[in-house]
Amino acid sequence: MQEIIKNYVTKEYVEDDTELTYDTPLISGGIVDSFSMVSLKRFLENKYSISIPDDKATPEAFDSVNKICVLVREYVK
Amino acid sequence: MAYNEKTRGMYSDILSGLKSAGLFKQERYIHSAQAADIEVEFPAGAAIKKVINICANNYLGMSSHPEVVKAAHAGLDSHGYGMSSVRFICGTQDIHRTLEQMVTKFLGTEDTILFPSCMDANAGVFEAVLTKDDVMISDRLVHASIIDGIRLCSAMHDTFKHSDMEHLEEKLQLHNDKRLKMVITDGVFSMDGDTAKLDMMAELCEKYDALLFVDESHSSGFIGKTGRGTHEQCGVMGKIDIITTTFGKGLGGASGGCVSGRKELVEMCRQKARPYLFSNTIAPPVVAGVIKVLEILSASTDRRDKLEKNTEFWRKGLIEAGLIIKAGDTPIVPVMLFNAKLAQDVSRDLYDEGIYAIGFFFPVVPQGQARIRTQISAGHEIHHLEKALEAFRKVGKKHDILGKTKQEIIERYGM
Repeated sequence: MQEIIKNYVTKEYVEDDTELTYDTPLISGGIVDSFSMVSLKRFLENKYSISIPDDKATPEAFDSVNKICVLVREYVK
Repeated sequence: MAYNEKTRGMYSDILSGLKSAGLFKQERYIHSAQAADIEVEFPAGAAIKKVINICANNYLGMSSHPEVVKAAHAGLDSHGYGMSSVRFICGTQDIHRTLEQMVTKFLGTEDTILFPSCMDANAGVFEAVLTKDDVMISDRLVHASIIDGIRLCSAMHDTFKHSDMEHLEEKLQLHNDKRLKMVITDGVFSMDGDTAKLDMMAELCEKYDALLFVDESHSSGFIGKTGRGTHEQCGVMGKIDIITTTFGKGLGGASGGCVSGRKELVEMCRQKARPYLFSNTIAPPVVAGVIKVLEILSASTDRRDKLEKNTEFWRKGLIEAGLIIKAGDTPIVPVMLFNAKLAQDVSRDLYDEGIYAIGFFFPVVPQGQARIRTQISAGHEIHHLEKALEAFRKVGKKHDILGKTKQEIIERYGM
């Protein structure tokens, strides 16, 4: 899951040669802007057949690949 | 809370922080009318200096056009100074509706509604026509006023990489379940001067049943063979659902803006757009001036043709001088310097040579992409541009950037 999410974030948001790690700050580091979080949320919901409530999809919860994995695992049955 | 010393100190600290970060903006006082030749007091208290202006949005040189000034005077005499009311109470005159009809014809749309500014048009339009069941998909480099409008709207928002049609298509597929999808772009992007691929976007919008929104503020009056805008240049007139534009740039330079497009969407703005409902519209003398601008531009393409020639001359001159510019064919021509301090130094030295052009750097443009944004006008004569090129050559030589690659400039000055 970590690698899938990291690859998606890299393809979707990184426009230079920045190398992401699982702990790279995405929102607070300016890589993913808060507007673009919506596509990340939709990607996760489609990919893992889950529904993430809006109030759980916070900038803090989306701030690194590892944090996103924690969030997704909460909803994967 | 009283405005006590503690509060004053808090704001003073914030402003000091802006100054020390090099982000503090200072106005320069112009003592003349807006034109190619202006008289500037900078810094405040300094002697007034005559300079050539190459950083105004005065693309067609209409800001001080004698016929426009005369029409504004006549409008002031016939329709007064102000309306003291919003449009739907007692703030609509015959000339407001006349201007709306003229803009509709000029842009080739179905209807138009005036706003106090294009900033207000962009702030109000999305909330008026979309709901939480919809999605807005915007280019990542759209203007700040669009971003503000998007923030005020309850629809979902997503972005696509700048001018990347493949990425846009992925987003249209991703959000295909939404009630309405609206693709949002600038026609000409104000910082880089590049043009949206409106033909491809219109095709994608047709394929995925999406609405297309274009902000034409840096295009109206001069892009396209008859100056109608990017939609004319790309051959998609009549296929854009919403156009917003300003009367504060090519179309006169004073103030005001509009939403123009499908008549039902325009009517939705008339019923629901908050900047329209809760603010006075454009003042009568300005309305009269814009009407004259549209008459002049509809009668002849001379001014946009001259702008096109001036732009070609300017772009060619900068390249021959050995400077790096952003590719394109619009009158927005960024001279790339990459380093913020270098951009500020070059701007200052150009001013000393009698050329008024401003440096742009982070956060206005991305880190490492500092530049001098030059903007060409039909109000420029070749002698203005020759003098400005001479200044760029002199200042470029002083800083040893002529004929240098991006890498060489960055190696010497840093990002």
